[in-house]
Amino acid sequence: MTSLATPEPTSGPRRRRTTKLRRRQTRLAWLLLLPSLAVVAFVAIYPLGKTVYQSFTDQEFLQLEPTRWVGLENYRELWHDTVFRNSVWKTVEFTLITVGFEFALGLAIALVVNSSFKGRGVMRAVMLVPWAIPTVVAAQMWKWMLDDTFGVVNDAGTRLHILSHSHAWISDPSTALAAVCAVDIWKTTPFVALLLLAGLQVIPGDLYEAADVDGASQLAQFWYITLPLLAPAILVTLIFRTLDALRVFDVFYVFFGNRLDTQTMAIYNQDTIVGTGHVGYGAAISVAIFLIIAVFVVIYVTFMRVTED
Amino acid sequence: MVALLVSMSVASAGTERTGATSLSAKAAITAPKVPNAAALKAKYGGQSITFIGDSVGGGHTRDTALASRFSKDTGIKVKVVPHPTASDASYSQLARVFTSHGSSFDVAMIDVVWPGAFAPYLVDLKPKLGAQARLHAAGIVANDTVEGHLVAMPWFGDFGILYYRTDLLKKYGYSSPPKTWTQLFAMAKKIQDGEKASNAQFSGLVFQGNSYEGLTCDALEWIASSGGGQFIDGGKVTINNPKAAAILDLFRKNIGVTTPRGVTSYQEGEAHTAFVTGNAAFMRNWPYAYSIAADPKQSKVVGKFSVTTLPSGPGGHPVGTVGGWQLAVNKYSKHQDAAIEFVRYMTSPAVEKFDAITNTNVPTIPSVAKDPAVVKANPYLKPQIATVARVTRPARYLGTHYNEGSKDIYQGISQILNGKPAKDVLPTIQAQLDRIVK
Repeated sequence: MTSLATPEPTSGPRRRRTTKLRRRQTRLAWLLLLPSLAVVAFVAIYPLGKTVYQSFTDQEFLQLEPTRWVGLENYRELWHDTVFRNSVWKTVEFTLITVGFEFALGLAIALVVNSSFKGRGVMRAVMLVPWAIPTVVAAQMWKWMLDDTFGVVNDAGTRLHILSHSHAWISDPSTALAAVCAVDIWKTTPFVALLLLAGLQVIPGDLYEAADVDGASQLAQFWYITLPLLAPAILVTLIFRTLDALRVFDVFYVFFGNRLDTQTMAIYNQDTIVGTGHVGYGAAISVAIFLIIAVFVVIYVTFMRVTED
Repeated sequence: MVALLVSMSVASAGTERTGATSLSAKAAITAPKVPNAAALKAKYGGQSITFIGDSVGGGHTRDTALASRFSKDTGIKVKVVPHPTASDASYSQLARVFTSHGSSFDVAMIDVVWPGAFAPYLVDLKPKLGAQARLHAAGIVANDTVEGHLVAMPWFGDFGILYYRTDLLKKYGYSSPPKTWTQLFAMAKKIQDGEKASNAQFSGLVFQGNSYEGLTCDALEWIASSGGGQFIDGGKVTINNPKAAAILDLFRKNIGVTTPRGVTSYQEGEAHTAFVTGNAAFMRNWPYAYSIAADPKQSKVVGKFSVTTLPSGPGGHPVGTVGGWQLAVNKYSKHQDAAIEFVRYMTSPAVEKFDAITNTNVPTIPSVAKDPAVVKANPYLKPQIATVARVTRPARYLGTHYNEGSKDIYQGISQILNGKPAKDVLPTIQAQLDRIVK
């Protein structure tokens, strides 16, 4: 866009005419883009700007006195807020565990359903079932399944002598994170597999034929053909999943409600604004979350550039 | 959302059946007629209002039954929307609408601890409903009066009671329900050990242990009944004291021992489900659960349970946390007068009697509470239970920060129940509350 807009440094009548035409085209391009830019400004830039503005105020729900500008006060408080700090670590921990497992399992599944076997179409459809269930519904279902008195997991586990006794997976702080991760992995692995499968399908088959002719082993084919050509799909998948995982709310909320030791950033943020009504402080948390997620995006995008080069 | 849907379906399943229950008192009673309906029809007929109503137990079915009766008689359409089952979530919902001066609802049920926070956004009902308010218990009316304005009308009261299995107490050689918490846990242990042989899901005690408003209510009872104060006393934060620590640690040590380990994620619904399916010897709950436990269509413990006051700690006496709901009219409502008439109907003696009998809620009108038909349906209204000392959550001291203070309390107590010693947690709660009260 910008390269089109800058005038070419050359002279001469022929050259100039092109420039004129280009200018006109540029103008038209901007004109055509204007509606979408306006929409983006309205739905993304305005709310973000407003959130940043609110983060410098002491705005509250049900507040009778006028809102005051408090400068960096909210951010100073946030810096010392151990509840927020814990929620960040909890979220990052959750993200690393789930994205790691989802990627490994998703890749394995994608490779399997990419190979040709009987019933492949059915397999591909069936595998998407967990992804098709709304998250809150899936979470509530698992909450009951993992219950220590009537849950099917404990019942089956004790009958099969895998578990010595019923375990309260969700209530017990030592297994709470594992339980919530397991549900997220169960639910989201199909999505990861689907994205990777799409990536696998655009790799031309003749590359493998050539590799076969050259006598490359299956492992070598995976390492030197599949993985490099799949890299763009892998990166997109990882970005999607990481950003999603960092914003996680629903599974945690259904499982734990407002429990302190299992708060994610998003739950703490929601509770600060909606639960206790501290809009200004909550806005500061929102901005902090935005920055934390931005860090991950920058890491990925840089990595993507490096691989492209 | 799911919890809401689930409880709604439970609720509606519940009351459909209530109509056909064998308790003759219930079968006979239907939603009462609206007095002076013709005059209301002439004035407000055709208007429509939205009512944010109940979602626990049979509450939603009661609301729709009463609303459709009201609509039929007066021509005022009433849309009933059940509120979130967790009352702190319900608080946020209302706070959001009030903050944006919204008119998306006209009448809402509000918790006994909210009038102070919401007062500026509520209609003063005194001019129109002042006379009817005089029928209600003076203490609750005072609670609902803020700076001389009657901002809400008492609707039904609540206090925590102990449900127990009479058959099991007898089977294990107990002649009366427990008087102290220590006794309760000892009995719970013995009964649970015996019953586990035939029912692996059985446990001694269930209560509201999830990290939410209900835990603040339950913990207040444990601490106040042990002489450990009421979180904030006379404006001073008192929660960090040895008596409070002792009773909280007693509960912590019993989690997963005489209670299900998962009780730390139970709200009212999970607790009453465990009890009515015959999987618990004792339950702490509100009176609404009585109608469910006594309904043969929903309950396996009909005729095998009774209620009494909650136990107490060493040197304390039994208490019950005051709960209860009020009806208030949104200041930004476009149909305030029609909304006030709906509140008039809903808080009338006839409707309270209907609610007390069908839903075993505590009437806020003393004459209704003494009505023989009401007492028959609600054994907890027997004087020895109904006169138990009531304790209130510290709404008076926390004001508009009530929700935040209560969160500090229940999140802290939840940590204790999930394994942290009370002495490591109480100083933090104390400091958090101090910051709000100052």
